[in-house]
Amino acid sequence: MKGLLRYIVTRIALTIPMVFVLLTIVFVVLRVMPGDPVSAFLGGHAPQSVIDQKKEELGLNKPIYVQYVNYLGQIARFNLGNSMVLDQTVWSAIRDKLPATIELTLFGMFFTLLIGVPLGAFAARNRRSPADFGIRIFGNVAYCIPVYWMGLMLQLVFAVWLHWFPVAGRTGARVVISTFSTTGFYVLDAIIHGNIPILLDVLDHLFLPSITLGIVLSGVFIRLTRANMLDTLKADFILAAHARGVPDRIVTYRHGLKNAFVPILTMLGLQFAILLSGAILTETTFSWPGMGRLLVERIYLRDYPVVQGVIVIFAIMVSVISLIVDLLYALIDPRVKY
Amino acid sequence: MSDSKTGTKASPPMPHSRFSPAGAVGMLFRGISKANRTYGVEWWIMIVGIVIVLFVAYCALLPQTIAPFGPNNQNAGPQLSPPSAAHLFGTDNLNRDVFSRVIWGSRTILGVAFAAALVSSLIGIPLGLFSGYVGGAVDRILSLVMDSVYAFPGLILAIAFAAMLGPGVVNITLAVAVIYIPTYFRLVRGQTLQLKQQLYVEAARSIGAKRGTILFRYIFPNIIATVVVVFSLNIADAITTEAALSYIGLGLPAGIPDWGMDLSMGKSFLPSGVWWMITFPGMMIMLLALGFTMLGEGLAEILNPRLLEK
Repeated sequence: MKGLLRYIVTRIALTIPMVFVLLTIVFVVLRVMPGDPVSAFLGGHAPQSVIDQKKEELGLNKPIYVQYVNYLGQIARFNLGNSMVLDQTVWSAIRDKLPATIELTLFGMFFTLLIGVPLGAFAARNRRSPADFGIRIFGNVAYCIPVYWMGLMLQLVFAVWLHWFPVAGRTGARVVISTFSTTGFYVLDAIIHGNIPILLDVLDHLFLPSITLGIVLSGVFIRLTRANMLDTLKADFILAAHARGVPDRIVTYRHGLKNAFVPILTMLGLQFAILLSGAILTETTFSWPGMGRLLVERIYLRDYPVVQGVIVIFAIMVSVISLIVDLLYALIDPRVKY
Repeated sequence: MSDSKTGTKASPPMPHSRFSPAGAVGMLFRGISKANRTYGVEWWIMIVGIVIVLFVAYCALLPQTIAPFGPNNQNAGPQLSPPSAAHLFGTDNLNRDVFSRVIWGSRTILGVAFAAALVSSLIGIPLGLFSGYVGGAVDRILSLVMDSVYAFPGLILAIAFAAMLGPGVVNITLAVAVIYIPTYFRLVRGQTLQLKQQLYVEAARSIGAKRGTILFRYIFPNIIATVVVVFSLNIADAITTEAALSYIGLGLPAGIPDWGMDLSMGKSFLPSGVWWMITFPGMMIMLLALGFTMLGEGLAEILNPRLLEK
């Protein structure tokens, strides 16, 4: 147990350099690279004095290393600065978008696992059968489908043609926004308030975007589950279970899948970055008011502090997720040395 | 194992030195049937991939031979007409022929994806070789940076780059290229770490071979097989990334036909049931990405016979 605690502390300590490097990369991309946010924002014809004034406001006239230190200092104090376009802090612009993206991502992940893991396990159990072949083809094709196009097609078929689901948005028009001020996670809020019609409405809106993510990302998990299952099913303890007369289905799904699951969990952590990328595109397709749409909107408005803030939040999120996954990994698999 | 190993070098011996068309066809068939016996499904996967890639490459090189209209011809036909004999994929809101735009658009996406993969491999491979071979603090710092970039959602990084650089073919290529550098770095570094322990590398070092010689003449040739596979898979990924960037409006200036941009235009007409504007460009993105993926997968299985043992 003491070992585990030390592992957790070490792992948390190792996250700090990663966050630091990511923040530095964000800084390099947004400030050191050519392209000046202020003149871009004010347009080409703004007088130099106005540009200089705006630069001073934002602290962009200082030497680059001073800017860098200020930038890190600000983030350390959880201060992301103010928007250049609207009268709001960057954090207030992000605050109600973040839960929308996380909600979409979590449901997307749910569908990914729901589709990917059983199909992969089934394919492994029936290796080289037509079903295996079909599932592998599906996996490869799904992996190549651009997530935004998948979203558009599902939208076309199930929303525009069949009217089964709403076309876009996070809620229907009649829903009162104040219901959602508790956590910002609409599903959770609706449950807290015990409002069943709103919950159904929210789930209705959530379904198409998250199944889009789920289908596209399931490809990786089909392949991963299949490969891991094939390895696991070759292990001695599987043979032993067969020898003891345990039914084949139980050996495959209970003994095999359980052991194949550890690498899948690791993959889930790595895939989280892809899931976030996918969520951004899906948000654009489904007019989902999350971080991705905020990022794109503010890029158009050249509201560069918000752009920076959104990317910084993403960087921190990715680091924290990879930390959580590693910790879970250590907890689940007793063989992991720490 | 030994069987498949000889198969990698399989090229039927030339029966006679003079070239004849019939002989060439015969050799082709013999080659196909032999490869089919040796590699099975993987070989067909690769062939399908090659066919798709070659088809799109043809569209990219000679679009005028296929496309009936110019990509920006606003007098191609009636506005928003569904697919018909005159307009295979229908027309868009600006009276342009969607089929022609799709054909012309292949040039943009293929060019950008290929150039991006080339740029990232040209940066990532030498860095990976160097870092893996030298080791020490340089290696640790480079790895930390590369691993961090690798962990970061690639699209968001590309969006940030594209937003700062502004629209343009070169800029979008760079934005896409940046996010794949760590892929090559990690791959090449890992293999270099293994290879540098090999006896033949030590032998080269002991006779005083220079570092550059060891890296590029002794170690790199052993990595090429893997790099080729990753390069192909990388292009597949770069295709969807490029289209994603232009889908959200960060890609190319107007006037350049581009599948991603066509998708985002079609998106606004989707609620009124205009299905052809989104279906065809998207299908092409998927097809092309699938082609490169299949090519890469097939190559992976063929170049790495150990995978065939399963």
